[in-house]
Amino acid sequence: MTEPTTPAAPDDDGVLPPVQTIGGTVAAPVGLGDAAYEAGLEVEARSQWSYARRRFLRHRLAMGSLVGLILIFGAGGIANLIAPYAFDQIDLNNVLHGPTTNGQHYFGTDEIGRDYFSRVIYGIRTSETVGLFVAGVSSTIGLIIGAFAGYYGGWLDNALMRLTDLVLTLPALAILLTAAALLGQGSQWRVAVILALFFWTGLARIVRGVFLSLREKEYVEAAKAAGSGDLRIMFRHILPNTLGPVIVNGTLSVAAAILVEAALSFLGFGIKPPTPALGALVVSGQQNPQKWWLTIFPGLTIVLIVLCINFIGDGLRDALDPTQRRIRA
Amino acid sequence: MLTYITRRILYSIPVLIVSTFLIFSFVSLAGDPRANMLANPNFSAITYKNLSHRYHLDRPIPIRYGYWVKDVFTNKLGVSLRTSQPIWPDIARTLGHSAQVIFIAELIAMILGIAVGIFSAIRQYSLFDYFFTSVSFLGYAMPTFWLALLLQILFVDIYLKWHVRIFYTAGLNNPGYGTWSLDRLQHIALPVATIAIISFALYSRYMRASMLDVINTDYVRTARAKGLSEWHVVMRHVVRNAMIPILTVAALNFGGVIGGALITESVFTLDGMGYYFVQKLGQLDLYAVMAYLLITAISIIVFNLIADVLYGYLDPRIRYD
Repeated sequence: MTEPTTPAAPDDDGVLPPVQTIGGTVAAPVGLGDAAYEAGLEVEARSQWSYARRRFLRHRLAMGSLVGLILIFGAGGIANLIAPYAFDQIDLNNVLHGPTTNGQHYFGTDEIGRDYFSRVIYGIRTSETVGLFVAGVSSTIGLIIGAFAGYYGGWLDNALMRLTDLVLTLPALAILLTAAALLGQGSQWRVAVILALFFWTGLARIVRGVFLSLREKEYVEAAKAAGSGDLRIMFRHILPNTLGPVIVNGTLSVAAAILVEAALSFLGFGIKPPTPALGALVVSGQQNPQKWWLTIFPGLTIVLIVLCINFIGDGLRDALDPTQRRIRA
Repeated sequence: MLTYITRRILYSIPVLIVSTFLIFSFVSLAGDPRANMLANPNFSAITYKNLSHRYHLDRPIPIRYGYWVKDVFTNKLGVSLRTSQPIWPDIARTLGHSAQVIFIAELIAMILGIAVGIFSAIRQYSLFDYFFTSVSFLGYAMPTFWLALLLQILFVDIYLKWHVRIFYTAGLNNPGYGTWSLDRLQHIALPVATIAIISFALYSRYMRASMLDVINTDYVRTARAKGLSEWHVVMRHVVRNAMIPILTVAALNFGGVIGGALITESVFTLDGMGYYFVQKLGQLDLYAVMAYLLITAISIIVFNLIADVLYGYLDPRIRYD
């Protein structure tokens, strides 16, 4: 197991970091248009990305987790193709059957004979939908609000900071439960929207901090002198510097959203039947404590998904940290 | 320091007012507790009107919020909309139970987490370190309700198989037993274990990182160069400084612990505040829900303040003014 979060780890092999040149010495990656060559700065930024990519690819644990996550999420994505049964197909002759290859009930059946393997696979689909939607939407909101608050300051900045103060003083899970109980129960999309509306504040704070410090930099002044508008400076010149924390934060928020959604669904305030959700599936395990497979499989799936995402997030953090030039062995 | 504390408290008052007002309007707008009554043909329009009037449900939300604030101060959080019972006795009882569970769990998690964090940092990349790193990653990834359920099922099965009662798997205590009786401890052992495991993952991880930050500093090298014993260097120079950030983490974790306790208490049907909240939320009992949120919000604010004050006290480089 490699070590993802060691602060100030000494360089193992004492190899000097690769020197980065400002200029066009690095070959153009496929897919990037000529736009990337408009200024020398962009070329510098791109070579940073290629180092980051190489660091990530050499991070064994993160790469293994990425493969695992692609397998799990892929299975959820094509659930209708690989699930042997429909998730709501009742079979009263086969109630609470243990896991068996006989009749393809790999994870057994639940209290009304529905195939648990199919339900878990469809549950993965629900979880990944919620997780990816929440991460995407909340990152976008957080990025835009954080950028404007950090760049312009003023009332928007004040409002943002007060709002995050509000969020920080309240018990998050209780508020989410309240929100879900009152507006979000039932469909996965309603739950996802509720979560997204609560998840963006952390990222907005991070982005705001970066913008606040970078807006005084010389290159921003230079861009201004060259006649760039505010939006161009914000999204073209400053934004790329925030992408590291944004990507790490976004990745980790997929896991956080899946965990919170599972907890809400478990407590009965989240996704409601007939949509299968991993958290709600665990409830049938609670009702039948003797039937271990009803608890183990959906719970273990959540743990695996979250574990993979957290390792990927750690790998990304190591890879995208601009102060780190070392390429991991 | 005193001005700092006063300013923080004064600042948190408007935050509290705004947040409670937002939640109050939000809960009021979303669910009408009289919906059942309207649907029931046995309720006359007059009763409906009288009840609405008595609980101020016929007034606009800002005015109802005003009545609620008045109730909080003059009437100890008011009465439940569902049962007309006063809320305060319920809150006082459940708060005591939750506090007992959370306090014991956090104490265990802190002591073990700090000890394991110290040792993992000293023996970095040892088998011990890898083992507890894996444990804490698992702890991060494990949903609280699942961990609670696994423990519950394990002990239900043990009981059903061998008829030995090691720990109870539901409830607070059998009738007739007190707060610190063995019976109570057998009941709360599993909820305590659940919360402690989740918090332990966090503390051991932070303590390890914080130790590694300190262990590479110049003054630690100086201490070693002076010829101090390794024990002395670690305990006096490294651990003391590495402990400081843990306090902040512990205080910030408090909000999370309350959330975790909410789930854990629900799984073990423990008569604590979190379980009370979940039940009342299911019944759309506005004032009971508000009472829970108010109490937890105040305790989060207080814990954050305590952490900041302690931080300033322990780290002389930090000055508040």
